[in-house]
Amino acid sequence: MSTIERKYVIPGDTIIEGDYRPLINAIKRNNRVISTRIGMAEIVRKDVRVIPLNGTYYPRLDDTVIGIVADSNAFVWEVDINSVFFGILQGSAVLGRTFSASRDSLASHFKTGDCLIAKIASFDRTRDPLLSIYGPGLGKVSNGEICKISMAQVPRLIGKKGSMIKLIEENTKCKLNIGQNGVIFINGAKESIVKIKKVINIIEKQAYLPDLNDKVNDLLK
Amino acid sequence: MSKNNYIRTNGRAADELRKVSIKAGIIKNADGSAIIEFGKNKIIAAVFGPKEVHPKHMMRNDQAIIKCRYHMMPFSTDTRKNPSLSRREIEISKVIREAIQPAIIMEDYPRTAIEVYIEILQSDGGSRCAAINAASVALADAGINMRDLITACAAGKADGKIILDVDDVEDKTGEADMPLSILPNLGTITLFQLDGCLSEEEFKQALEMATNGCKKLYELQRNALMNKYFNNNKNKGV
Repeated sequence: MSTIERKYVIPGDTIIEGDYRPLINAIKRNNRVISTRIGMAEIVRKDVRVIPLNGTYYPRLDDTVIGIVADSNAFVWEVDINSVFFGILQGSAVLGRTFSASRDSLASHFKTGDCLIAKIASFDRTRDPLLSIYGPGLGKVSNGEICKISMAQVPRLIGKKGSMIKLIEENTKCKLNIGQNGVIFINGAKESIVKIKKVINIIEKQAYLPDLNDKVNDLLK
Repeated sequence: MSKNNYIRTNGRAADELRKVSIKAGIIKNADGSAIIEFGKNKIIAAVFGPKEVHPKHMMRNDQAIIKCRYHMMPFSTDTRKNPSLSRREIEISKVIREAIQPAIIMEDYPRTAIEVYIEILQSDGGSRCAAINAASVALADAGINMRDLITACAAGKADGKIILDVDDVEDKTGEADMPLSILPNLGTITLFQLDGCLSEEEFKQALEMATNGCKKLYELQRNALMNKYFNNNKNKGV
């Protein structure tokens, strides 16, 4: 079994020297692997990655994201996905057929301010990420509230095998949709939503606590 | 203390820095921020972005652009300063932008802008170096991909002696002022200016002194970030 070595790093720190491969948030200079972000460096076999503790969301293929329609032109919607780049949702991707600007109107589908759950269909550095709303659980959502959490704390909010999210949903009878971009869509009663927002705030600030699940459980009851 | 026990008019030894404290993440609305107290200098740096570029014609398709503004508050000097950007502030904004640019991995953020705002609350000489140190911590706090932290410190000559970290009085009465900024882990110089005259020997001594000063400041920058993110668990395995 391979050993995993972890350590805290800031930009410029040498994570390890030698024949290692920088994977995520690391670069190689003169046989040294250097961190480019504040976070936790992980060395698995010959691969080095840094799990960042801060920063904005950087789109990755197949990520599920929650966004707000920010603008539309004749052919596409621009969706604010809490990232460096706007998500682009093409008219043809919603209609399922060739989009004609003279025949079809984007405004009849989504308006500015609508909330969408989407997948990153394609992304590279040269273009803004393309979104897709085809798939189970994807599409427009309404009757709920949006809340944001630091992207680094998303795994903590979900918990081990979804334990934290299950705990929150069972105690509040709400439905939570968590986007990998750190946006959360909460559907449920108003009092519960207020409670959940408090819980999310605690998770974000005290993510390092080992007994966080118990603390959240107490708060919800 | 220096080897020859030379004491400056401000009570410091030739190779002694002023008292420095740095704190990261002090402004909630910015993506990253830091405050530095460098002797009597008090400087806040805040970073926004990467974000959309305005005006659009400044956008670069292959990399990010950096916008930097160094601004002195009207109350930062002993007589009121006009709050509009002066020629000197515009120049220092450019100098700081070019000093921090080599540390940022610009290619990771094409078509975006990274905005760095530096406000001098109180100034006392050496504010451009202090501002670079604060901006560097703020950039790391904003989660921007960087090759290294940027650290800056000045050396100079006053009263015929080479000194570290020139303050306002020494800057005005002294013979030379030499701000230097480096990437400490990569060993690259990103800013080098020299006002005044130094002999070759003096220059070598000043360069070494400034580099050592930068290394001391790097430790303080590092501690500021470690304090915020890891509660100062310094570089230990988890």
